Amino acid sequence: MNRIVILGAGTAGTMMANHLSHELAKGDWEINIIDEKHDHYYQPGYLFLPFDIYKPQDIVKQIEEFIPKGVKLIKGIIEKIEPEKNEVLMANGTAISYKILIVATGAKIAPEEVSGMKGSEWQKSVFDFYTFDGALALRDKLRDWEGGNLVVHITEMPIKCPVAPLEFAFLADSFFHNKKMREKVEITFVTPLSGAFTKPKATEALDHLMVDKNIHLVSDFAIEQVDNENKKIIDYGGKEVPFDLLVTVPTNKGDELMERSGLGDDLNYVPTNKGSLQSLAHENIFVIGDASNIPASKAGSVAHFEAEILTENIKRFINNEPLKEEFDGHANCFIETGHGKALLIDFNYSHEPVEGTFPFPGVGPLRLLKESRMNHMGKLAFRWIYWNMLLKGTHIPFVSATMQEAGKEFENA
Amino acid sequence: MEKMIAGKTIAVNEEGYLTDFNQWDRNVAEEIAKENEVEMSDKHWKVIEYLQKEHQNQVPLSIRKIGKSNVVDIKEFYELFPNGPLKISTKIAGIPKPASCL
Ligand SMILES: Cc1cc2nc3c(=O)[nH]c(=O)nc-3n(C[C@H](O)[C@H](O)[C@H](O)COP(=O)(O)OP(=O)(O)OC[C@H]3O[C@@H](n4cnc5c(N)ncnc54)[C@H](O)[C@@H]3O)c2cc1C
Repeated sequence: MNRIVILGAGTAGTMMANHLSHELAKGDWEINIIDEKHDHYYQPGYLFLPFDIYKPQDIVKQIEEFIPKGVKLIKGIIEKIEPEKNEVLMANGTAISYKILIVATGAKIAPEEVSGMKGSEWQKSVFDFYTFDGALALRDKLRDWEGGNLVVHITEMPIKCPVAPLEFAFLADSFFHNKKMREKVEITFVTPLSGAFTKPKATEALDHLMVDKNIHLVSDFAIEQVDNENKKIIDYGGKEVPFDLLVTVPTNKGDELMERSGLGDDLNYVPTNKGSLQSLAHENIFVIGDASNIPASKAGSVAHFEAEILTENIKRFINNEPLKEEFDGHANCFIETGHGKALLIDFNYSHEPVEGTFPFPGVGPLRLLKESRMNHMGKLAFRWIYWNMLLKGTHIPFVSATMQEAGKEFENA
Repeated sequence: MEKMIAGKTIAVNEEGYLTDFNQWDRNVAEEIAKENEVEMSDKHWKVIEYLQKEHQNQVPLSIRKIGKSNVVDIKEFYELFPNGPLKISTKIAGIPKPASCL
């Protein structure tokens, strides 16, 4: 029998296991999926954990629950991919051969990339919220923090969910208001970008919100080191920002497995065709989700749109048909702005986030690029959609994989 | 948009980046550098040539890549082009501002 092996049972890998188990004839193809973890974490929940909005149990479930019957789940660390042999080598020494390989190993933080970041103040006054442990440690810190300089910081791009750090700053504003201690906290947002976000149109809207919420912006800041002793971050140009509490998003990288296999770029992302999701180096290796180097946002919603196109391409590949080069970089994210409101943005490779309504042209109910309570409800509903529809590969009604242009006020990127 | 740079009419976008690399020459570069308070030296030119070559080969530019280029390290890059070295150096090089990754 032929075998498809999926590396990683996170958001993207799980979706592919579900899609493929529906689409491929059972007798012809065996599907294996491999992950070192026991649990599946709902990463968008890491944003809410520090503020006690979600509890840990809201965002962790067993991987097994989401893997369809008939797909073999293998637990263990993947040591290496050996493309010449069409084999995956496990850390325990077993080798698994494949006809088609799908890489879905995601991205993770690498605080060791910046001098002093994982130093003596790590999880004392220097925190991340991009890991479950980090978000939980930060929650404990915030519960009795008495105030001072809160610095929310991005180390370098690209990062997963590029708006999450800004959302963190907005939610912090709201959190301290509710605790009646906003005046005891200075919030500063420090970014290597020239403004709040990567896309000019959304940046305008977001810069404005930052002023409203009294969040200071330090832009074009390329961090060189964290000075643990004097509690400040210092950039290559000599700029310094002091902190009492630093919440940083460290460099994000693909898994070291790519380095061991010689398949990654300098950040361990796999070079991938941005339209078809086939790896550039090997025609029977495909890449989905955060693990690829395509210039789309690293987000669960993006992986969802990719999964529909990749499923189609795997079928075509099996039938020796030309692949569709159709993925357009479609991303769709809610941006939590605090005080029970959120924005929604929708964009792709060539179109900037725009104003308008979503998903129904002219009707909504969600409004693009405008703060509203409805959008906030949408963000919270996303968790339910994630566990119950997204992972299972269910098509979300009214939302298409490629971006829809009606009902939106466009400007090309 | 058009702008007079070093006595020539040059096509630029609203942020001042050249839109036609064929109009670029060293005089144009010198003048853009001056506007950004950069005094060009041999080292500066080495970086500019490197950026142009990478751009030609369609390599996406990032501070991290430049730091590993063997042309300059990140610290020097900042010393040569203070306050946003990637933005300023690409403008001088006559190539598009690198799209910051998403
Ligand atoms: C704070 C935060 C907020 C976010 N908010 C949003 C949001 O609002 N909306 C949104 O759409 N997205 C959001 N995201 C992004 C979203 O969570 C990711 O884009 C998505 O989970 C990517 O899926 P993936 O399958 O590519 O990677 P992952 O889900 O990370 O899965 C990768 C899997 O591979 C496994 N793995 C890796 N290497 C190995 C190895 N060597 N051996 C064995 N197993 C391995 C890992 O254990 C993991 O289970 C957010 C992310 C963060 C961190």
